[in-house]
Amino acid sequence: MSPDDLLYTKEHEWIRVSDNVGTVGITLFATKELGEVVYIELPKVGDTFKTGDAFGNVESVKAVSELFLPVTGEVTAVNEDLGNAPETLNEDPYNKGWLIEIRMKDPSETSDLMSAEEYDEYTKSEE
Amino acid sequence: MSNNHTRVGKHFQLTERLVFEEGSAGRRGFNLPELDVPRRAVTDIVDESLLRKNIDGMPELSEVDVIRHFTRLSTWNYHIDLGLYPLGSCSMKYNPRINEKVARLDGFAYAHPFMPPELIQGSLDVQKTLEKCLAEISGMDAVSLQPAAGAHGELTGILLIRAYHESKGKPRRKILIPDSAHGTNPASVTISGYVVENVPSNSSGTVDLENLRKVVDDDVAAIMITNPNTLGVFESQISEIAEVLHSHGALVYMDGANLNAMMGITRPGDFGVDVLHINLHKTFTTPHGGGGPGSGPVAVKKILEPFLPYPVVGQRSDSMLFFDHDRPQSIGKMKAYNGQFGMHVRALCYILANGPDGLKEVSEVAVLNANYIRARLKDSYALPYDSPTLHEVVFSDRIQARKDVHVGDIGKRLMDYGFHPPTVSFPLIVPGAIMIEPTETESKQELDAFIDAMKTIATESEENPDLVKKAPHTTRIGRIDEAAAARKPVLRWKPS
Amino acid sequence: MLSDIGVDSIEKLFAGIPERLRLRRLLDIPKALTEPELIEYFRQRAARNASEYSSFLGAGVYRHYIPVIVDALISRSEFFTAYTPYQPEIAQGTLQAIFEFQTFITQLTGMEVANASLYDGSTGLAESVLMGQRISKKNKFLIAKTVHPEYRAVVSVYARNLGITVETIGYSASGRIDMADLAKRLDKDVAAVVVQTPNFFGTIEQTHDISELAHQHGALSIVNVAEAISMGILKPPGLDAVETRTADIVVGEGQSLGVPMSFGGPHVGFIATRDRYVRQMPGRLVGMGQDYSGNRAFVLTLSTREQHIRREKATSNICTNQSLCALMATIYMATMGPAGLREICEQNIVKTEYAVQQIRSRTPREVLFQGSRFNEFVIKLKDDYAKCAQKLLQSRIVPGLQLSRFYPELGNAMLVCVTETTTKAQIDAFVKGLE
Repeated sequence: MSPDDLLYTKEHEWIRVSDNVGTVGITLFATKELGEVVYIELPKVGDTFKTGDAFGNVESVKAVSELFLPVTGEVTAVNEDLGNAPETLNEDPYNKGWLIEIRMKDPSETSDLMSAEEYDEYTKSEE
Repeated sequence: MSNNHTRVGKHFQLTERLVFEEGSAGRRGFNLPELDVPRRAVTDIVDESLLRKNIDGMPELSEVDVIRHFTRLSTWNYHIDLGLYPLGSCSMKYNPRINEKVARLDGFAYAHPFMPPELIQGSLDVQKTLEKCLAEISGMDAVSLQPAAGAHGELTGILLIRAYHESKGKPRRKILIPDSAHGTNPASVTISGYVVENVPSNSSGTVDLENLRKVVDDDVAAIMITNPNTLGVFESQISEIAEVLHSHGALVYMDGANLNAMMGITRPGDFGVDVLHINLHKTFTTPHGGGGPGSGPVAVKKILEPFLPYPVVGQRSDSMLFFDHDRPQSIGKMKAYNGQFGMHVRALCYILANGPDGLKEVSEVAVLNANYIRARLKDSYALPYDSPTLHEVVFSDRIQARKDVHVGDIGKRLMDYGFHPPTVSFPLIVPGAIMIEPTETESKQELDAFIDAMKTIATESEENPDLVKKAPHTTRIGRIDEAAAARKPVLRWKPS
Repeated sequence: MLSDIGVDSIEKLFAGIPERLRLRRLLDIPKALTEPELIEYFRQRAARNASEYSSFLGAGVYRHYIPVIVDALISRSEFFTAYTPYQPEIAQGTLQAIFEFQTFITQLTGMEVANASLYDGSTGLAESVLMGQRISKKNKFLIAKTVHPEYRAVVSVYARNLGITVETIGYSASGRIDMADLAKRLDKDVAAVVVQTPNFFGTIEQTHDISELAHQHGALSIVNVAEAISMGILKPPGLDAVETRTADIVVGEGQSLGVPMSFGGPHVGFIATRDRYVRQMPGRLVGMGQDYSGNRAFVLTLSTREQHIRREKATSNICTNQSLCALMATIYMATMGPAGLREICEQNIVKTEYAVQQIRSRTPREVLFQGSRFNEFVIKLKDDYAKCAQKLLQSRIVPGLQLSRFYPELGNAMLVCVTETTTKAQIDAFVKGLE
């Protein structure tokens, strides 16, 4: 069961929303697919993106996967700890493995995202 | 382990450190003849600020140190002279020693590409003759030997296609690629300024003609196909596929990686291909060298000939061969000079050693050997596609996966039986793919030993899966923690 | 075997190929030759190449001594008949040798990390331009006219469909890049400055000054070294106490490190860069790690950058590297050691200077470009190149390159190369032929 305080995308990102600040990461399903994460490329504070833009990528031994932003916004924080310990993404994808924080331009965009229940249904059908 | 396991015995092998950890101060492996012009200090000639003091960390070794070091390293490698490499689409066949002898002739080794033509007629003759042979074998009109490897040949081919369309007024935007294609294909497309559009395969693993008709329009520059495809299946509708492209003014590019299946039997030029690259290090037996050098000539139909890279090997009226740089429509130069000449000599030697009968026999036996393996392993491994296959066959790990044994594990366990693993996890359209291409230079004995090993592993996967999942057990090192190696990459030795 | 398959003839195995596509004649290629006939065939052709003339050609392909043990070792079938080391457990020989190559290249160039080799210097330069575009996200490149002309030609092929523009910076009377012009043309849109040292005229460039100038303007510094052995004595582009005076990418051709000239190929390209740009570097990389029992082991790594995983987002489309040629270079450097390399470089410099002095004092020919040289120089001929060349050829001397082919503004000029293999007698005969 995916954490129910989060919202999810079809590309397996999650977002935790608090007012107009969003914290973004990738799901356990994604990290399982990737295998052991070896490197993460993240944007800089101040970068802006539109919904669906690629804001970085995650690399494992066998694959590299782009990261897509679920909403439009400006990056206000980046998880610097991941540089030294990319395996955090595998160990704790929903908390310590957070990727970036954004100031959302339009918080109502989140209505397009999936709930935990909908996401779990979706991933079951993917398998 | 099974009773057939007499192929791998105990082995005497030495360990060895890095070359930087060997040697000692003052040793040298080579002495130069004394300086025969008047001695002068280098600092009198070259400004001191341009000189370096020393080379930190570079080791000092005697000739014996060097011989011992690299000889020990060499004993850790599997290689084709040791046994079978059943790698799909690699055509790992025996590298004839005669190739090595002729490539080392002084006249070839010491030839400089900028020598006046009258002093390099021998090399030019080798290149011209090889071009003619490759054109005939592939059914095409002209050949460029300039590309350095298969991927380089691909890039050249797509640039030729682009030049052709530009000469017609519109470069077009898209290139179609079947989802079974080799990894280099999409990257070559991007560098040429085109966009990739995937063409899904049908249930027999071939290009779906009806789907194709829907996606081909006047914005498609070409299709990139492999034939036989990466499943080893001959695209029997290839002429129709070519016709769909040609009727829209688009071209057909073929990846020649699987030429070993068809020499003397059918020819790309005869089934509608406009340009293809040929891997001399596959079908034409130039050695793999641990990852290169390769050579990837392109062969084209007349319509693309004007755009070939310069120079081309021309012939003057007095029959002297020369490098012709006067090529106004050429796409330019893909590489300095004219290709991997050392590999051209070897490939021509192979072609001349076989002749027309020999090359046909090569393909016939390659196809026979692959089908023999298919017939004898199809009860142990899942065959995802029913279609007849030529020189290679693709199985999947579907049966073994029920016990959580995957294709990578099967490959590792094969090492314990004295074989190199087949190609694993490719093509991408088959989950858990095992692609096997034995080639024609394997005897029935070697094939039977391989088949027995594969059958034994299938049994082990059922009865003792852990043995397979933790393989290899008999190699000098076991599986490597690749994630750790990638997280904190150590890509060079440093003095401590 | 046929009965196992369930067919009665090999012909049946090709039933999937439509009849009208079948070739129903034999291929029109020469009849098969036996081994003795093959040796004779190629011996005759090799004999039609004049390899025993003395030669003053360089221009990117150099004649140097190659120790006999290089060929002896790479002729071991364990090395030359092995496949790409995708299965590290049974390819540690190849993998460790490549790791050693990578290290030797960092030592030679003074850079932090190098890859497992590229096809050659010309495609390597093109790849480094693409790499510069990726790192800087800019598209304008300033390339010195004295970078090898065939290398520049290859760069333009790679650049043309990726929105890259190339501007050429000329050279000054010293033979080096025109620094004033470079300073004027550097602006915030420039991705990188590309120079070669020693340059095509044989003149040594002051790459540390050039790197500093490039960095001052927010551009990268890419240095091409077509004559790799020169770094055995010359301060390499990656080495300086001040980081802004070091190059960002050093790329080049390693043929002079133990690889035969072989009519232009196979040779071996190398590329080296700073640690922070390693993920933008094309080609293969070998890393050091451990197996699960803790044994040191080598493995292809960071391969997600390569074509076979990233597909259309790959950093380049390279699949093969030049592994066996990289092994030749590795064995060569191990055999020569720093002292051997230094001595070879000294002989190149001293013999070249001898030739220059002899030409000045004994012939009416002018030696152009006064900047310090390594092993090549340019002479201005008073008469026609063809006439001059013919005279030399009659004495079985291969003249230097006709420069008007690439630099028509130089008129009748010749690019002359002298290495440690050129004897005093050969130089004296060459000088006599120019009188």
